[in-house]
Amino acid sequence: MSEAAISGSNSTLVDDWSADKQAYHVPWGKAMMWIFLVSDTFIFTCFLTGYLHVRLSTTEPWPLQSEIFALSFGGDPIPLILIALMTFILITSSGTMALAVNFGYRRDKVKTFWFMVATAALGASFVGMQVFEWSKLILEEGVRPWTNPFGATQFGSVFFMITGFHGLHVTVGVIYLLTVAFKVKNGHYDKKGYEIVEIAGLYWHFVDLVWVFIFAFFYLL
Amino acid sequence: MSSEAGQQHPLGIYYKIWILLFVLSSFSYAVDFFNVQGGMRWGLVLLFMCLKAGFIVAIFMHVVWERMALVLTILGPPLVLLLLIGLMSVEGYYISDARYQYMGHDPNAVALTPSDLHGGEHGEEEEAH
Repeated sequence: MSEAAISGSNSTLVDDWSADKQAYHVPWGKAMMWIFLVSDTFIFTCFLTGYLHVRLSTTEPWPLQSEIFALSFGGDPIPLILIALMTFILITSSGTMALAVNFGYRRDKVKTFWFMVATAALGASFVGMQVFEWSKLILEEGVRPWTNPFGATQFGSVFFMITGFHGLHVTVGVIYLLTVAFKVKNGHYDKKGYEIVEIAGLYWHFVDLVWVFIFAFFYLL
Repeated sequence: MSSEAGQQHPLGIYYKIWILLFVLSSFSYAVDFFNVQGGMRWGLVLLFMCLKAGFIVAIFMHVVWERMALVLTILGPPLVLLLLIGLMSVEGYYISDARYQYMGHDPNAVALTPSDLHGGEHGEEEEAH
């Protein structure tokens, strides 16, 4: 062993890490998903902290989100209603995903498939509403990453960067969920087990979790 | 605990948490709808946010049933982010104070709203700015 160390062989590294010890008693895919999600937490927190900093340090007044994201259904505009709707859609999708995971472990393929498809459909509708929100802000209000008519210019850059990155996560999640859902339906996991549904669920709940923070910090406060 | 057998739990707890998340989100929205402002707004929004995040992570993501090694791996590293947030908020206040003090910006400036800009299809007659 010491000879290998002296010769600088890679085998010592392999020996040390393959010493028949297992730190995480979960399927490796789940451990990897968690590590990915922790790294994603850092990315989103850096975005939100950047937002915190520009919002504190700008001397222009911060635009009033409540009125910018108001929507009128014929009558007076209801403050922030679109965002509230998007929040409820994402929570609903988290619930259907939790059920999909549960039915996965019960090996109920049909219910797992349909709950995953429902989750993906809710996710897609979330992205659709985001497209509506973006186009309203870009086309009607003239909000750009570098300027906007309401107040602090940083509002635009923060809005497009944070909601854009979150929307990208939702979009990727929809594709991921549909892929796994159809594999479930085709019996791809009959032998392997249904941990993959839980792993996909972790990703989806994380997307919902990030929205909880965006909803609070960007839209409500 | 039951990791190797998979995370299987009774459905009831998922329904309960699901309903709870709806209720907490409604409360958050109500804070904005009823235009609660100031420290009360911050306190309530942050409280509902923390409760929602906690329930999602603990129950929906099954962290409460995971073994300690994995729990610490998940929840430990993000704690350093609190330091980043603390430092950046100190820095942010410092910069804005310096700008108000030396660059002559108006600390009491008010942001414009869409109805200010478009003349407002609603309320143009009643309230003229």
